[in-house]
Amino acid sequence: MGDHDVAVLGVGMHPWGKWGRNFVEYGLVAARAALQDAGLEWRDVEFVSGADTIRNGYPGFVAGATFAQALGWQGAPVASSYAACASGATALNAARAQILAGLCDVALVVGADTTPKGFLAPTAGERGDDPDWLRFRLLGATNPTYFGLYARRRMELFGATPADFAKVKVKNAAHGLTNPNARYRKAVTEDEIMASPIVSDPLRLLDICATSDGAAAVVLASLDYARRHSLTNPIRVAAVSTVTPSYPNTVIEMPNFATDSAAVAPAPAATFRDSIAQQAYAEAGLGPDDLDLAEVYDLSTALELDWYENIGLCGPGEAEKLVNDGATTIGGRIPVNPSGGLACFGEAVPAQALAQVCEVTWQLRGEAGERQVQDATAGLTINQGLFGHGSSVILVR
Amino acid sequence: MANKTRVPAVEGWFTLDDEPRLLGNRCRKCGSYFFPKIASECRNPGCDGTELDEVPLSNRGTIWSYTTNHYAPPPPYVAAEPFAPYSVAAVELSQEKLVVLGQVDAAIDPATLHVGMEVELTLGTLYEDDEQEYVVWKWKGVANRG
Ligand SMILES: [Zn+2]
Repeated sequence: MGDHDVAVLGVGMHPWGKWGRNFVEYGLVAARAALQDAGLEWRDVEFVSGADTIRNGYPGFVAGATFAQALGWQGAPVASSYAACASGATALNAARAQILAGLCDVALVVGADTTPKGFLAPTAGERGDDPDWLRFRLLGATNPTYFGLYARRRMELFGATPADFAKVKVKNAAHGLTNPNARYRKAVTEDEIMASPIVSDPLRLLDICATSDGAAAVVLASLDYARRHSLTNPIRVAAVSTVTPSYPNTVIEMPNFATDSAAVAPAPAATFRDSIAQQAYAEAGLGPDDLDLAEVYDLSTALELDWYENIGLCGPGEAEKLVNDGATTIGGRIPVNPSGGLACFGEAVPAQALAQVCEVTWQLRGEAGERQVQDATAGLTINQGLFGHGSSVILVR
Repeated sequence: MANKTRVPAVEGWFTLDDEPRLLGNRCRKCGSYFFPKIASECRNPGCDGTELDEVPLSNRGTIWSYTTNHYAPPPPYVAAEPFAPYSVAAVELSQEKLVVLGQVDAAIDPATLHVGMEVELTLGTLYEDDEQEYVVWKWKGVANRG
């Protein structure tokens, strides 16, 4: 058992969808569910860590306080974190640090979002010094543009095909069929995917995840506290990796116009995405072979394949074989996205990294119902937030 | 139409001459390149340089990857009407050892793009209003100068 372990006492979610209501409502539902799951009262919480949403005005920027107020002020200190898609992991890490520092015993982490229709667009206004605004203005470089670049590179370097990409979606759709928190619960065929409209070639509409409303919450506690409450064998957080890139970052990433230059300083041994997982493995004292499942950020089908390699499930160019062999399907060697992933959820930015943690927790407890991965003892979540935010959590039992 | 003034869609990112160049900067101390230009202080963590010189970047490179967008992006992109698909390429500059994005000149058939293909910088229309044509850098095929 690692020195840095904390216990997951409770997890909860508000189902993903396009409900169009205030994000605070969703956050409350998720927080209440996590507290109930933990068997705790709101007044037992000593620290509230909110993952911010930047599309819902001031309350979204102070998410920790917003949720604390909505639950009823009880004096607990708060923190609010923004790290784009990595916000949930950053908020989780803030709570974990408070616990490990001995500053509190029980912390509640909440992320919730309400999203507009269509492409995620930059925030409004003329902002000529904001790369996120400029990439839309000068290049028309939407998020799927970057996903298209990565997908095309897999095809040219490794011989990946659109059918390989479609298999990822078919798998994830099958995984999420019975997940009550998933927004899309419908089987899809390779033909349907490959007949859907092209968005950013070679990616089609059904290769790319939607944006959703949703919320997820996690109650963390010190191992001592868990023990005092007779939880002898709780699910534990064995690692949280929120690393930033190492200079020079030589892979083009949202929202950048260019990579760093490797003309003077040599490129680091590991790419940024590789380093996110490596840091998590190092902290947990585990490796890819120890995993029973992984929840990876499938913003696109092709990106899920990149993640297989980034987290060390296989070598470069071998991910297509993994999905085609069924290794990453529930029942296979290393199921990936048993929740259904973003393919079935759509992205609710500040909630998504926490939703990954909820799923792994249910899997490790054996409470995942029809999507249960048998005898799972260790799982990893991974994702990356724009502007250089790593996000990976390893959970064990 | 023909008499519209050509103005850059963004100030100071590229030159407007016949052989346009992207304008980056370079640390006087360690030689690292940056694009877009950074305001101050070298970003190489192993360097404490604070003086950066504006430098034109190589106008040729090879395609790292590419994609073609079939839907109009949301504002602040100003989409042509009717909307026409456009390609974006990530291009490796060998001297600067960096990859830079740019739209692909509409004259290139996207079906001919491939990783490793050599391309050259050009200027093209990003959008127009009644008086002005706003131009931006784009990647075009390399002319056969046999
Ligand atoms: Zn320098």
